[in-house]
Amino acid sequence: MAEEKFTAIVVGAGPAGSTAAYVLAKGGHDVVLVERGTAPGSKNMYGGRMYSHALSRIMPGFWEEAPVERPIAQESITFLNGGQSVSINCRNMSWAADPYHSFTLLRAEFDAWLASKAEEAGALLACGIRVDELLMDGGKVIGIRAGEDEMLADVVVAADGVNSLLAQKAGWAKMFAPNQVATGVKQIIELPAETISQRFQLEGNNGAALLFVGDCSNGMQGGGFLYTNKSSISLGLVINVGELQRCQVKLCDIMEDFKSNPHIAPLIEGGEVAEYSAHLVPEAGLAMTPQLYGDGMLVAGDAAGFVLNLGYTVRGMDFAIASGEAAARTVIEAKARNDFSRRGLSRYVDLLNQSFVLRDLEAYRKAPEFLENERMFKAYPKLVTELASKLFTVDGAPPVHLMKMVLDRIKQSSISLIQLARDGWKGARNL
Amino acid sequence: MKRLTIEQLLGVDKFVVDDEQPHIKVNKEICSACKPKPCTFACPASLFSIKDEELSFDYAGCLECGTCRVVCPNAGVAIDWNYPRGGFGVHYRYG
Repeated sequence: MAEEKFTAIVVGAGPAGSTAAYVLAKGGHDVVLVERGTAPGSKNMYGGRMYSHALSRIMPGFWEEAPVERPIAQESITFLNGGQSVSINCRNMSWAADPYHSFTLLRAEFDAWLASKAEEAGALLACGIRVDELLMDGGKVIGIRAGEDEMLADVVVAADGVNSLLAQKAGWAKMFAPNQVATGVKQIIELPAETISQRFQLEGNNGAALLFVGDCSNGMQGGGFLYTNKSSISLGLVINVGELQRCQVKLCDIMEDFKSNPHIAPLIEGGEVAEYSAHLVPEAGLAMTPQLYGDGMLVAGDAAGFVLNLGYTVRGMDFAIASGEAAARTVIEAKARNDFSRRGLSRYVDLLNQSFVLRDLEAYRKAPEFLENERMFKAYPKLVTELASKLFTVDGAPPVHLMKMVLDRIKQSSISLIQLARDGWKGARNL
Repeated sequence: MKRLTIEQLLGVDKFVVDDEQPHIKVNKEICSACKPKPCTFACPASLFSIKDEELSFDYAGCLECGTCRVVCPNAGVAIDWNYPRGGFGVHYRYG
């Protein structure tokens, strides 16, 4: 195989890699997409929802043929505190109509479809191959080695996921610190489609995305999620690994506790667990971005740390797709000049800025730090739920006006007014 | 819903176990000196446990997340971490 030379070897058939391979193949370039799973998607897992905008740009109307589950018409955030909870609910019917704001989808199926689009466009898909090493010539990446096989290319696109062994092997990425990543665990819980629609008050095949903060993470930095698929629910937790380092409860038990939480249990009642999965989530944004381009290689998707969690929106797939597209366009421009050096590939950063990937990560640069504030996961959920419970309680006690009620609650909480003001100010500016 | 044990949860997943090559190797000497052993709590598949006062690890059932590699206080030394060889390991049918 060593004689053949591709324009690009894309490592990893996730959304970043398959998009890169698709755009390159569409442009008429020789590209091989290498995937370690026996089928694209068989190693991939996420929470449950993709925002459509990035893929819509590349494949307008993709939902007509892509295996999507439900378009999301309802968003909610729930604060959990023992037997009390407070939810903020938002419905927007236009989200569930063309141009469909976001979809739940299952990665095994969806990623296989996206890889097949790259294949249809002319990319060579090679599954069941784990890339072991980068082939180097001086400081330049010239290909990959997988077992006994070697492949050469003008450019390697490392879209090999959050653990990006390739970026680390190239010396482009440091091993991340525990507090820079989170562990996500998820169970797929099967339920009849009509039960899901009724339970979540959804019209037809519309879907819901629910986020949870408070009890569910045992007070640790993290939260819970629930996404409705057609006939299953994706239920899971994401917890910062720095916190897990100090945790004395097994993560799989915390997940089972979450399922039996009184606010969650009725939502999944009668369901059957069909799959249990886990994955790391890059959470530190630009603070953990590796070197993105260099002689003969580009890094895209999770491998580049392109995930943005603001607490109310969690984005990864749209960043992966847009960065895969930017990587492909960079290679195409470099090919036209026959310059695959670090300088020749430096356009990648411009394209990432133009798309939205680096622009958005830059705009929310301070969000990860803000969300490390432990009050977000303990004191605030407690305050909000207690306050709301008080507001709705009628028990013959003497009347208390709103202002006093609020101030009393804050006084009883562990939060000072100054902290509250400071957190509010920071949150409003950084999220 | 009834609480499920980790064995029951992993039981619903599909795995192709590589009987020849473990993809993760643990250095028991270093681990025996590690007091907190956060891997025994953090691994979502609960594959790290303490048996006869020694760290025991079973790579079959690994969900390939990489948590152990990051959570380890002796990161980079105690755990030799890789993905399974091509075609082996967990095979998600939903994801």
